[in-house]
Amino acid sequence: MICQECHERPAALHFTKIVNGEKTEVYFCEKCAHEKGEYLFGGHPAFSLNNLLSGLFSSEPLFSSNAASHGEDEHCEKCHMTFQKFLQTGKFGCAHCYTAFDSKLTPILKRLHGGNTRHQGKIPKRMGGALHLQKELHLLREQLNEMIANEHFEKAADVRDQIREVEHKLSGEGGGA
Amino acid sequence: MSLERFINQQTSSWMSGGGPYSDVVLSTRVRLARNFSDVCFPTVFQFDDAKQIVEQINTATSKKLSLELLKMEDLSPLQKRVLVEKHLISPLLAESSLYGAALISEQEDISIMVNEEDHLRIQCLSSGLQLQETLNEANRIDDMIEESVQYAFDEKRGYLTACPTNVGTGLRASVMIHLPGLVLTRQMNRIIPAISQLGLVVRGIYGEGSEALGNIFQISNQLTLGKSEADIINDLGSVVHELMMREQSARDALVKTSHIQLEDRIFRSFGVLSNCRMVETNEAFQCLSDVRLGIDLGYIQHISKSILNELMILMQPGFLQQYAGGPLRAEERDVRRAALIRERLTMKETN
Repeated sequence: MICQECHERPAALHFTKIVNGEKTEVYFCEKCAHEKGEYLFGGHPAFSLNNLLSGLFSSEPLFSSNAASHGEDEHCEKCHMTFQKFLQTGKFGCAHCYTAFDSKLTPILKRLHGGNTRHQGKIPKRMGGALHLQKELHLLREQLNEMIANEHFEKAADVRDQIREVEHKLSGEGGGA
Repeated sequence: MSLERFINQQTSSWMSGGGPYSDVVLSTRVRLARNFSDVCFPTVFQFDDAKQIVEQINTATSKKLSLELLKMEDLSPLQKRVLVEKHLISPLLAESSLYGAALISEQEDISIMVNEEDHLRIQCLSSGLQLQETLNEANRIDDMIEESVQYAFDEKRGYLTACPTNVGTGLRASVMIHLPGLVLTRQMNRIIPAISQLGLVVRGIYGEGSEALGNIFQISNQLTLGKSEADIINDLGSVVHELMMREQSARDALVKTSHIQLEDRIFRSFGVLSNCRMVETNEAFQCLSDVRLGIDLGYIQHISKSILNELMILMQPGFLQQYAGGPLRAEERDVRRAALIRERLTMKETN
């Protein structure tokens, strides 16, 4: 296997990119991979997944047309990061960027996280009780659906009662806040 | 004084070679990415912000955890390299962080990187396969920090990180696994693409693709958003179990069908390591992998299993130069590496 970049040296690195089930394979020699900033292996500091990512984002026609016309104007008011800059570096400047670029973020997150856009994991304790209750409610509803699907109606009734209880607590939290 | 300890202490607790399923799984690592809510990410922040983060996190952890604060600016390039080779800090933190620091536990099983790509990277390491335990430990530290730090968190997107590849849980769980059986039976080339389709990443830890040095692979989750922490580690864990099973059957098949060839290969490698006067990294890794397989299969006795775990760290260029007390040319490193391995092998034999 010869390097796809220089067509001279033997390929030492093999990259497989899988985006939404579409597989792309590339082969580089160590030197070219290094130069391309895709030196994924050996924990080399030049390694940058972001280079790969920004290529991914900007290849999206939705963004390139937008960004070319008025992309420079769109920026985060807190850290002044522009969307264009984000596409180049693959990194945000501050927490507020997620709000500032929210509308454009969803397709990116979908691509990166297998179609997911909503957090389902841990919630900081100090975020208050409401979020925790909402999460619990979500889990209970999933359980309920599963039980109904499997015709475990007695257990389902228990879960339904639990859901009511949590909903009750949640309305209390909402009123208090 | 304590810096000396991290640099000179040869092995960390997670390299011990023990832990569940340690005949195949070398170590488990869990990392949580976290940011302070009211400070810009390291992508754009200023020196004063960086300094403030280090001070705050040091105060937040000093009460309940006994961690040593190491500032990158106080370390020599060689010292940083040794810490990188021990997996305690990343090359990015070592080389291009602004006021980067690391808080490291005495056992070297906890390392909080400060001002790397995110404000905090909480890392926990354990030997063998211990995903749940390691995640619990990381969560414990996370909760402790959260008592005095307001994290950047969004109801919809979860923990906010500089790079959107880490947003959500901020969790990267990875398992380092030794798969000589699957490599020898040429199964890895088929397995790697299959695993990639499950949202997991496989890479050779010290080499590339399916030709990993020493047949050591690292498997980690790619997705951080839309799944709970428990689901992420369960998915990873089930793939690791599947791999361990396949590795075991590959080893069984090799013993059954090519017993003498396998034994020959193992003892040849043992011979090389016991007698070499110069050895390059690649050859050393391959031989160590064979010897370790020989220990696992019972061909080689009286040598500790931890030989591969330890030597793969200790025979790296930074460590060799640290022992030597200064820079070494590649050839000199090969001589030192050979001496180190020989010494290690005889040490284990007399024990």
